[in-house]
Amino acid sequence: MAKANRVDLTERDYKGAESTMCRGCGHDAISASIMRAFFASSVDPRSVIKMSGIGCSSKTPNYFMNQAFGINAVHGRMASVATGANVGNHSMIPLGISGDGDTSAIGLGNFCHMMRRNVNITYVIENNGVYGLTKGQFSATADEGTVMKGGKINDMPAIDLCELAITLGATYVARSFSGDRKQLAPLIQGAVAHKGSAILDVLSPCVTFNDHSGSTKSLKYIREHLDPLHDIDFIPPYENIEVDYEEGTDQEVTMHDGSRITLHKLGHNYDPTNRMQAVTALHAAVAEHKFLTGLVYLNEERAEFVDDLNLCDTPLSYLTQEQVQPPAIRLDEINAELRK
Amino acid sequence: MPVVNDLSISVATANGSGSASSNNILFKSIFKMGIPCSSKNMFPSNIQGLPTWYQIRANADGYLGRKDVIDVMVMFNDDTADKDIYRVRDGGLIIYDDTKPLPDNLKRDGVQYVGVPANALVQKHVEAGPLRAKQRNMLYVGALAYLFGIDMETIREVLSDTFGNKPAVIESNLLCIQLGYDHMRDNNLSQSLAMLETIPGGNEGKIVTEGNTACALGAIYGGVTFCAWYPITPSSSLAEALERYLPRLRKDKDGKHTYAVIQAEDEIAATNMVAGAGWMGARAMTSTSGPGVSLMNETLGLQYFAEIPGVYFIIQRGGPSTGLPTRTQQADIQLMHVASHGDTRHIILIPHDMKSSFDLARKSFDVAERFQTPVFVMMDLDLGMNLWGSDPLELVQEPFDRGKVLSQEDLDRQGSFARYLDLDGDGIPQRTIPGNRHPLASYFARGSGHDSQARYSEDEKDYKETLDRLRQKYETARAYVPKPLVEYDAGIHTGVICFGSSYEAVREARDRLKASGVNTNHLLLRALPLSEEVREFMANHEVIYLMEQNRDGQMAAIFREEYPEFATRIVSILIYDGLPATAGEIVRQVEQHREAATNGIETKVDESWQKQIASI
Ligand SMILES: Cc1ncc(C[n+]2csc(CCOP(=O)(O)OP(=O)(O)O)c2C)c(N)n1
Ligand code: SF4
Ligand SMILES: [Mg+2]
Repeated sequence: MAKANRVDLTERDYKGAESTMCRGCGHDAISASIMRAFFASSVDPRSVIKMSGIGCSSKTPNYFMNQAFGINAVHGRMASVATGANVGNHSMIPLGISGDGDTSAIGLGNFCHMMRRNVNITYVIENNGVYGLTKGQFSATADEGTVMKGGKINDMPAIDLCELAITLGATYVARSFSGDRKQLAPLIQGAVAHKGSAILDVLSPCVTFNDHSGSTKSLKYIREHLDPLHDIDFIPPYENIEVDYEEGTDQEVTMHDGSRITLHKLGHNYDPTNRMQAVTALHAAVAEHKFLTGLVYLNEERAEFVDDLNLCDTPLSYLTQEQVQPPAIRLDEINAELRK
Repeated sequence: MPVVNDLSISVATANGSGSASSNNILFKSIFKMGIPCSSKNMFPSNIQGLPTWYQIRANADGYLGRKDVIDVMVMFNDDTADKDIYRVRDGGLIIYDDTKPLPDNLKRDGVQYVGVPANALVQKHVEAGPLRAKQRNMLYVGALAYLFGIDMETIREVLSDTFGNKPAVIESNLLCIQLGYDHMRDNNLSQSLAMLETIPGGNEGKIVTEGNTACALGAIYGGVTFCAWYPITPSSSLAEALERYLPRLRKDKDGKHTYAVIQAEDEIAATNMVAGAGWMGARAMTSTSGPGVSLMNETLGLQYFAEIPGVYFIIQRGGPSTGLPTRTQQADIQLMHVASHGDTRHIILIPHDMKSSFDLARKSFDVAERFQTPVFVMMDLDLGMNLWGSDPLELVQEPFDRGKVLSQEDLDRQGSFARYLDLDGDGIPQRTIPGNRHPLASYFARGSGHDSQARYSEDEKDYKETLDRLRQKYETARAYVPKPLVEYDAGIHTGVICFGSSYEAVREARDRLKASGVNTNHLLLRALPLSEEVREFMANHEVIYLMEQNRDGQMAAIFREEYPEFATRIVSILIYDGLPATAGEIVRQVEQHREAATNGIETKVDESWQKQIASI
């Protein structure tokens, strides 16, 4: 018997359709971490909405959590679709999947404004530095000096999506690697527990178009340049585990729903709630050609977007005619005003 | 003898000079006298300084379209005065500021001049300050009131209706209006053109509003819960009316909102937010104009193909590109009809007055949910932003039509669910709303090819089936959308078709044609797709004048495609100078066609009318 979680589901219940990614594509590994994270947090897939744009990465929501409603929107606009969906029914748990092209090029503006609003979402960017689905052109996260399969060199600086996210108001910002499930799964759990824009920039090698030598997003290069900030554990609210806590090297943050993230520092003396330090660390990592991974920034103070809107408790999409159609007498009052 | 209650006044001022307030007082005073009246605001795309004209028509017969000729010109803008003197008709009246003598180049034969020393009077009686220049405009209100018979008591009432809780504002305005009034009286100035006389009980119960307000109220009564929009003239005032009325009308018992209005970062975001909210099951809308629709095209296709409801209020303005952003046009019909790439056909609802703006706005959410598709409500600047007298808005009490939405119980009963399967043969599949926890409920919506189970598919059969079903859905809509309003007499073989803001001008034009012996039947189109009633009307007439406000006959092209057998019967009447349509121009084009037809001369568009200075 497979192990069941608190909502009585086994890990199998988090599966989706058969993947159509290339064998070895980082995106599939991310899907596996997503399934692991939602299972481990005992989230019922029927409470989840899966959203994406267009690209190889954006196809993947089809490959996990069949029981969740999903939408594969147009290229680059998932951030806006998610904004509408979150406001339309704020009781659902929003999960967005995007690519580096989808988010950092065509969809950059809408992505920025979603974070500026602090829309509640777990927003995963499956970052391979290229456009996979259109066969390997550079994306805006391609590092300066990286080489395309045909030999073309990128001479523009990469957009650092984590730095951008911090600047624009996202409240949970993490970087990880598709091959590091031990780090990625708890980061996703934390993102789901967080209320606000949680941005996960996940390095995800495109084995078909960007895995050659000279590429800074090849599996080998990424592995050699990873620089994790900390080991990370996620403890859901219902678990009463006491963690061994080492003053100075361990940090624990409690989230609004009572869940906890514990960070065991690795070399860096790093506090993710310090915004300036986060930006500085990201800058330093770029200069040292390192991929800083882990929970880069966390702000549990800022209200999420739907709180700013003062919405009624019932999701807007469930409101009935009785709840939304004012009585005719109010129209008479307005008619009277329009006579003046 | 001056005529009674038939008058057009054009007020020429500079934008931002405070004339909006004085024009409003003037218009509402005439309305309060019980005289049917309308106003057309020809304003610039500018905040201060560029010329603006405000044209009021008072007409006892109730014609509310723009009048062809201007009887009275209030010449209060030096920058346009040299042209304004020719905009007024022969025998008309010019009111001007005679603080300084009139320069020679502003003198013209065949019109009467009446001066009011507005500058001198405000300088003498109004304290120096930023308000003084604005107060100057109140003087022409007083001058017109005396000359045409609006009594000061009516004006006082309008001032108190308008500025109720600000007695100081009422007093300062009243002072200036009185100055203008007294100057006319004390100098025995008069005119013999026309008089305004109170019509007892006239306008009784009537309201004055703009289409954008009526649409916003309709949307609220239609249960809108979500609006995402990006500011653009002439549509902003619709979303702003929502923002004004929603807090009053739509709070729950805890004071929380049963709605959300989001000012998006652009129209692309707005349309995608609508798609997201609509997919979730919220009644979602946006309002925009042509440039916004251009940006929204891609997602309109997503909503069409993935079958996501949403309502799009489109307030048309002069295009292409930025065009004339503050002038009126009906030139985005094709843009809406087949919005987005690939084969699409969209449902369009077309209000023509204040009441139908309210009604169709309310109904649009039912149509969108019934057909699971984006629905356009096609407005234009004339309808949306100008003030119109109207019978009060009225709520038709009927249950919302949420379409084929399946609940958990429905799914239990049915035992199966395929999101894109046409069970009923009407092209409309069943839909579930996220949050429905039945094991069969979830599905994956996408803009890429899919089968009836909503699975990704590149299969040619699935693809063609989907396209054909979507077309079937459009065919089903023919019988569901609002029917045209038809005036029909079997003995008459000439038909006139119009829609939207053209209605008033066409109504008046038909009466004039009738007076000259040309009888016509009429069809007021209220929606696309075209319904059976339209086909019948086409079949029953030998000649059909199709009036629209664009250069290329965009609606006529749709008619010709739908009814190739009647294509040659259609004669386009086209007005596209950006100004609200007039009856006179419609009559002129109809007569020109008739003359050419009887004389056997090929119809040629005579463009001389466009070369004349438009009577703004
Ligand atoms: C409006 C529009 N322009 C272009 C495309 C073509 N297109 C499809 S996917 C894609 C890039 C995807 O790259 P990314 O988001 O990085 O996803 P990946 O395939 O790398 O996972 C592009 C340009 C499109 N679908 N729509
Ligand atoms: S092309 Fe690249 S990104 Fe796309 S599925 Fe293949 S490996 Fe993955
Ligand atoms: Mg990519």
